[in-house]
Order: sequence, then structure tokens, then C-alpha cells
Amino acid sequence: MTASPETSTFPSQIGQRLLESMVRIRLVEEAIATGYAEQQMRCPVHLSIGQEGVAAGVGAALRPDDQVMSGHRSHAHYLAKGGDLNAMIAEIYGKETGCCRGRGGSMHLVDLKAGFVGAVPIVGSTIPIAVGLSFADKQLKRDRVTVAFLGEAATEEGVFHESVNFAALHQLPVIFLCENNLYSVYSPLSVRQPAGQAVYKTAAGHGIRAEQADGNDAVAVYSLMCDAVRQARSGSGPVFLEFMTYRWREHCGPAFDNHIGYRTEAEYLTWRERDPVEALERRLRAEGCFDEAALVDFKRRTSAEINGAFSAAKQAPFPDAAGLMDHLYA
Amino acid sequence: MREISYAEAIREGFSVALERDPRVVLLGLGVPDPKGFFGTTTGLQQRFGAERVMDMPCSENGMSGVVLGAAINGLRPVLNHQRLDFAILSMDPICTQAAKWHYMFGGAMKMPVVFRMIIGRGWGQGPQHSQCLQSWFAHIPGLKVVMPTTPHDAKGLLIAAIEDDNPVVFLEHRWLHHAKGHVPEGHYTVPIGPARVAKPGRDVTLVALSYMVAEALEAAKNLAKLGVDAEVIDLRSLRPLDSTLILESVRKTGRLVVADTGWALAGMSAEVLAVASEGAFGSLKAAPRRVCFPDCPTPTSPSLAAAYYPRSGDIVAAVRETLGLPADEADTAIPAGVELDKPNPAFTGPF
Repeated sequence: MTASPETSTFPSQIGQRLLESMVRIRLVEEAIATGYAEQQMRCPVHLSIGQEGVAAGVGAALRPDDQVMSGHRSHAHYLAKGGDLNAMIAEIYGKETGCCRGRGGSMHLVDLKAGFVGAVPIVGSTIPIAVGLSFADKQLKRDRVTVAFLGEAATEEGVFHESVNFAALHQLPVIFLCENNLYSVYSPLSVRQPAGQAVYKTAAGHGIRAEQADGNDAVAVYSLMCDAVRQARSGSGPVFLEFMTYRWREHCGPAFDNHIGYRTEAEYLTWRERDPVEALERRLRAEGCFDEAALVDFKRRTSAEINGAFSAAKQAPFPDAAGLMDHLYA
Repeated sequence: MREISYAEAIREGFSVALERDPRVVLLGLGVPDPKGFFGTTTGLQQRFGAERVMDMPCSENGMSGVVLGAAINGLRPVLNHQRLDFAILSMDPICTQAAKWHYMFGGAMKMPVVFRMIIGRGWGQGPQHSQCLQSWFAHIPGLKVVMPTTPHDAKGLLIAAIEDDNPVVFLEHRWLHHAKGHVPEGHYTVPIGPARVAKPGRDVTLVALSYMVAEALEAAKNLAKLGVDAEVIDLRSLRPLDSTLILESVRKTGRLVVADTGWALAGMSAEVLAVASEGAFGSLKAAPRRVCFPDCPTPTSPSLAAAYYPRSGDIVAAVRETLGLPADEADTAIPAGVELDKPNPAFTGPF
């Protein structure tokens, strides 16, 4: 069995790792945002800037062989789980070297070696599939855990409730990981769910353990996740975790869109103050275990890695049209 | 060779598949219940255990996603629906997920899963228990769609579907369950794709699927009395579609009548006509004809249902048109004492 991160303790061992994971995600997303105007990344991109704390905390709490599925905004989840950066960037560029050989794009990331089983943009569609992964694992007596990433809007889909019910019924080793960023595209929670009804309490109605915490506190995410993973792996059934967070940029694309009228600049600035990266940096500093030189070095190395991924993706060949029908049937 | 019913053939196919491969699992609302899914799953849970033959929540959509995840992680699930009308609550996992999974992830994963759906008819099944939506599924690249007619093909295609590494939609017509036919014991498969000549002939090609093959065979018998030698093709597989066999037959006969269990507009019959006109236009001696549902939902009242479902006489009437023979009202007359909301006792097989 692989060494389990569930036994790690904060902050000496995990703090720097969480910080680096978040920084790497942000640098990748910013590179995509910067390069998007060149119009060579010809697919929709849903950036995770502002939400890195959730991905980092979840990724750090999982074993490499644990599995993850996600939705349209999956870059951070993929990277935090150990997904191959080169294959992701090449996929966004539509290249043959992409993780889906250019058949998927940003909304369809996959890296089976890293346990990232797949992301699709139909809201809620991967939730039952993730439950099915854990169902097979239980049937085949594997001790893996599966994480189903979902946005709070996915809890408005019927399939979410069907999936949680089945997972609860069979006590499956699955964690429903909800990132509540308050908006489904431009539609706020207030037009979608009753006032005062917390998402995690709705999930708890299915008879499973459900908790809520600050998603911009990577350490809180990590520690709740470690506990949830312990429960799921021990056969004590599924867990629902809701993490409050906020996307800084537009729903789809590289720009900021606070001026178009669906949310206020003031609301954005409040959340901007709660930057998960800066928050952890402050905390590490306060606890006397922030290694500034190490972070500067990490950023330098990561930027080089990202530059390498982008130039490799740009230089890689497009899929040959002769392969149009490849993989239609196995 | 022994004869067993279509329902028994399905059950035997499941037994063989469950026995040969421990990864095969059956799920479905009512799969282990006392009625045994019209006798098609009776005794399987007792024999193979509740972990492999299991009931499920009333969650068609969610469970269709669950079986996809189970397939990715190494099981070979069959999801069973007593009526197609309930299965279409899960069009997203079937058409938008399963059908595209292998393709959109660049071949990274396979999706060995079977969606088994039963099409109802008769005794007032009405608008929502009898829809024949095979063309919906046949439209989707990445799916395979089969509609076996005979007990032999039911067992062989079921085993082939379970052993296939792609998502297969397996459609059974409720009125075929009682029909008997020759079925080999043990393991065998019928390949997904090839159609079958159910009866050879020279004068007109009758392409039919599922239960309408039975009506087409009856029509062929009655046509013989008129001196017309009809060839009956049982499609068996809608995706892939056996265009080769259709074209061979149409080139030989020059005349085509298609009998579908569903509606005409954008249905399988339209596709067969398209195959013939694109591939054998020069061979056609007359305009092809279609025998399909009237263009309205299926009514419940026996008097309306009797007027609704096309029968062998409608096929005979359509053949007369392609041959330029005078119409005969006797073709479609309902013989006294025949109840049309129950399976025709003439169709008990063997096929």
C-alpha cells in the first residue's frame, strides 16, 4: 500500500506543499489567461483562479491511486491530483500530444496514471460515474477512495440526489466535494436555491455525513478531507464536503467581468482579500515556517516548467484528419 | 434441436455470461423480484448472489451513470429497464457520456456496458409504456444498437453485447418473449452488425425489425398465395446497420417495403429507404413503401390500439402498391374473434 498522506500533520510538513500546489495552479491559469488572446487555444476555458485552495487541499489528502472526477472547471483538480501539465496544455491547444489527443479540449481532461479519471462539462454528469467507480472498487475489494468534484449548482440536478442516495445505500467509498462559488454562470444562488438552506444540509438529508468549511483556507480543506478520506476508506460510507469559495474571473474565458452587472465589484474585492494563496502565506509566516527563498525558487522553476509546456504544445502537431474516426469504437 | 422461449433464451444468455466472467453484473429495478423481469432473470440472484444480480433504487438516470463508472473500473454491467420509456430518463449518461467516452478521451478508456430495454405493447400499455425509440439510439455514433427477433439471436446477441467493449443498447419487444425457437445450449455469440435473411425471395424485399419481422413473415406467406415471392430481412442490428445485405436484396428484387415498430418520420424505416435510394437507385422498379405507426402517440383503448398498430395485412397492402396490384380491403380486415391487444397466437414460433 502507498504511504497515506492522511497521517501527515500541519503545518511543518504540509503547509509548504499546499502553498506550492496553489501557486502552481495559479501560474498555469494565469498563463492560459495571458495567452488566450492569441486565439490558439480554440476551446472554452473555465479558469480556477481564486479557487485553488480547494483543489490543493483535496489533492494533498489523496493517495496517487485514489481517483477523481470533475466538471467544466477542472484544471485545478487535474493539476492538484498530479495530472500531466504538458498533456493538459497540449489538449487545450487541440494537439495530438494532448491528454485526449485533441478530441476533448479544456473541458475533457484525463490522466489515468494520476487517478484523474475524467472531466465533462455537463453539470452533474460525472457524479454518478464517480459513484460507479467506487461501486466497482467496493465490489472488487480495492481500498481506493473516489472524489466527485461538483459545483453547488450540480446539487440542483436530480442526478446528484440519485447518486448520493445510492452511495449512502451501499456505503460507498466516495467523497462528494462541492465547491460553492455562489454562481452558476451568471445566476446567483438566490435565484436557484431557497434562502437559508445550506447546500451541505440538503446533502445531509440523504443520511450521510456532510460538512461545510472555508474553501479559501487550504489547510481547513486538507484537514477535513483527511478525515473524510479516513472514513470513506475504512468502509464507513460517503461524505459530502462543501467549501465556500469564489472565482475571480468570468465564468468562461480569461477576463474579469464584474462590470457587466451580475455581481458587484465590492463583492469581488471582499473575496479578493480572502485570496487562498496569500492567506496561507500569512499563516505560514505567522507560524514561523514560511520559507520565502524556497517559494521564490519554486515559482522560478514552475514558470520555466509552464513555459516549456506552452512552447511544446505550440510546436506539437495537430491531430491528422485521417484519424477522425479513431476511437469511435473500442 | 431443443426449442425454448425468447424469455428463457435471455435468461440462459445471462447465466452463461455470469458464469464465464466474474466481472459481469446485472442491475435493474425488479431484476430479482418474484416476476423475474418477465421470466428473463428468474433464479439468477439465487444462483449468482445479490452482489452480482441486484435490485436498485428508482433512479434510472443516476444508475446509468453508476454503471459507466463501474465499467471504467473493471466491471461489465448490464442495466435492465422493464420499459424503454423509463430508460430515456437517462439519455445523458447513455448518449452524451457512454457513447462518447472512448472517443473524447482519445481512447484512454473502454465502456463495456449494456443498456437493456423492453418495449411494451398491448393490454392498454398506452402512450408511455410502448414507445419504440430505437432510432434515437441508432442516431448516436459510439453506441451499438441491437433488436433481436428470434430466441436464437436474443441469446447470441445478448452474450455478444455483454462481451463487447462498447456501450450496447439491447432492445426487446415484449411480444417476442413468449415466442419459441431453436436455441443452442451453452456459450455462443451472434455478431453485432450483420442482418439476416429470414426468408429468401425474388419479387420484393421486406426489411423489418424486432416484432415486425413476425408480421413480415406472415405477410410473406400471404403474398405467396398471390404468387409474390417476398424476401424478408431481419435487421437485428440498427447500429451498425447492414447496408450491404439491404442493397444486395434490393438490387435483386427492385422493390422495397420497410416495416418498423415505430414512427416513420426520422425513424429507422427512413434510414433504410435512404440506404436503398443512395445505393441502389437504379435498381428500384417502384417507389419504396413504409409500414409504421400512425403519426400520433399510442392510444390505450383497445379499439384505438387496434387501429393504431400496423399488421401483416398492412405490409401486404404496401407490397401490392409497389407491384401495381389492385388494393384489396380483405388484406387489412380484422378477422372475427381476434383480439389485437394480445400477441398473435400465430407468432409463437418457432422462427
